[in-house]
Amino acid sequence: MSKPNPMRMREMVVVREVSRILIPFILLFALYVQFHGDFGPGGGFQAGVIFAAGLVLYGLIHGLDALQRAVPPRLIEVLAAGGVMLYGGVGLVTIALGGQFLEYKVLDPHHGEHWGLLLIEGGVGITVTASMTAIFYAFAGRDTVQNQEKR
Amino acid sequence: MNAHLPALQVVLPLLAAPVCVLLRNRRVVGVWATLIAWASLAIAITMLVHTMEHGTISYALGGWESPLGIELRVDVANAFLATIVTGIASIVLPYGPGSATLAIPQDRQYLFYTAFLLCMTGLLGMSVTGDAFNVFVFVEITSLSSYTLIALGKGRRALTAAFSYLVMGTIGGTFILLAIGLCYQMTGTLNMADMALRLQPVMGTRTVLVAFGFFVVGASIKLALFPLHQWMPNAYTHAPSVVSAFLSATATKVSYFVLVRVVFTIFGAAYVFGTVHFEWLLMPLSIAAMFVGSIAAMYQTHIKRLLAYSSMAQIGYMTLGLSMNSVEGLTGGLVHLFNHGLMKGGLFLVVANITFRLNSSKIQDMAGLARKMPWTTLAFAVGGLSLIGVPGTAGFISKWYLVQAALMKGQIWLALLILMSSLLAVGYVWKVIEVMLLKPPTKRVENTTPAPLRMIWPVWVMIGSTVVFGLWTTWTGTVAEVAAETLMGLR
Repeated sequence: MSKPNPMRMREMVVVREVSRILIPFILLFALYVQFHGDFGPGGGFQAGVIFAAGLVLYGLIHGLDALQRAVPPRLIEVLAAGGVMLYGGVGLVTIALGGQFLEYKVLDPHHGEHWGLLLIEGGVGITVTASMTAIFYAFAGRDTVQNQEKR
Repeated sequence: MNAHLPALQVVLPLLAAPVCVLLRNRRVVGVWATLIAWASLAIAITMLVHTMEHGTISYALGGWESPLGIELRVDVANAFLATIVTGIASIVLPYGPGSATLAIPQDRQYLFYTAFLLCMTGLLGMSVTGDAFNVFVFVEITSLSSYTLIALGKGRRALTAAFSYLVMGTIGGTFILLAIGLCYQMTGTLNMADMALRLQPVMGTRTVLVAFGFFVVGASIKLALFPLHQWMPNAYTHAPSVVSAFLSATATKVSYFVLVRVVFTIFGAAYVFGTVHFEWLLMPLSIAAMFVGSIAAMYQTHIKRLLAYSSMAQIGYMTLGLSMNSVEGLTGGLVHLFNHGLMKGGLFLVVANITFRLNSSKIQDMAGLARKMPWTTLAFAVGGLSLIGVPGTAGFISKWYLVQAALMKGQIWLALLILMSSLLAVGYVWKVIEVMLLKPPTKRVENTTPAPLRMIWPVWVMIGSTVVFGLWTTWTGTVAEVAAETLMGLR
């Protein structure tokens, strides 16, 4: 990676400290949007993007390596796949319980619709977070990929 | 379980794709993806048999009845298409990615299978859905995964080919979305059957006309109708040969089906051919595609580019069948959809074998190949004869239907044009055969050996079935005719 600025971002006190305060709130807000999707605007996609934004901010300030230590690329790949499987899995469970694909009310007569929606939105949230982070890894890690090919 | 087949048809490959990411191991993933394709083929065939006997299957996703909820609607035409997509995938997947033509290292090849299964998901979704917005979603799934698949080809040109397809494909997808939006504005529904009903009172409005225009242009980009075909030769040339085999046999075909659905199911033949006179546009363009494609194919020096231009010509036959607005014409189009899928898929696999050994797709490098790879050359010859439409091959059957349809309308000139363009196919097929058969072998060819058996049997399954379906036409003919009648609302 080129270094036009000798001063690294993590050495800038204001940037580092503000982000240290902000990142937990960004992640928390993402969870709020995720679980508030039942009652108001929000849901898995928006929550996933916000959560990934928190991770990307951390990566921008502390560097790609630090972020990848916290969230390894392999984990991202598993999460991206897992979210889709959670979504589809709910559909298969409803078929197994005698309903149509994604017919939540067979899960439970009273809370089925709620639980079903919560689960599939959870799947969407996980996959979107993972995909956004994977895109960041792909762009930020261009150098590494090319080096890998040389090896 | 039988009642859930329409949903499982789409969900099975969709859920199998992330499993590929978790399994990771190249060989395990290859076997897994193949098994999924075979299971999907079994589902598709079961649905086809069921619809032939009992008529349409309707499936309400999430238990929400149509037109409020999303409806999966499988009639003979949809099941026929799903059978083609899964059938081609079942033959292409065991073939594997053809490692010599892939740009990615072996430990990342599981991503090839993931993208392949997602592409299949999108194509199957487009085939079985009865919801207009669902069509758009699945168009996007198909397109995004096929950009990835094309970009996996060796060399940097694969990236530019994938990128230009991305630009064209996005325009096509956007046009389809705009059309759906305009129809939704006029009708307040997204269910295709319901939309068709509610469009009737407002048919005269300009909004509906514009919506139809957007649908046609969007779908035509996706199916590479002349003159919107620019993305296709590059994409098929630089993609891995296996990907070209799968996409040429399925992706353009499903887009053709979307156009047919738009014409007959949503807008209806009375509006499209009676009021708008779509045939005045579609027929000249189809004829132009048949001739321009075949002539362009004659001048190509790369075998994959030659086959791509030939595809453009063959797509012309299919849209010609649609433009005739008759059961016979549409039957011809649908039969050709199936037959061309087999022959072009088979021919691209032949090319995959050749490039695997020669590491080149230039025609001149294949001089004297018949001596070293006799079976592969024979397979190319049989596939080529089928492209020309020689009796005894599948290509003859579809052209027979089209010529018959033209004669029934009393358009002898059209029948003559179909025959003339078939003669042009002789030109480009012979060009390749001549080099393979008669030219003295080059040094590159001298050092080759036949491809391994693993890569030869899928070729012969495809090429063999073009002969089988050329001699035994009851099945394709009947199914395509029933499908055409269903699409035109006569059943």
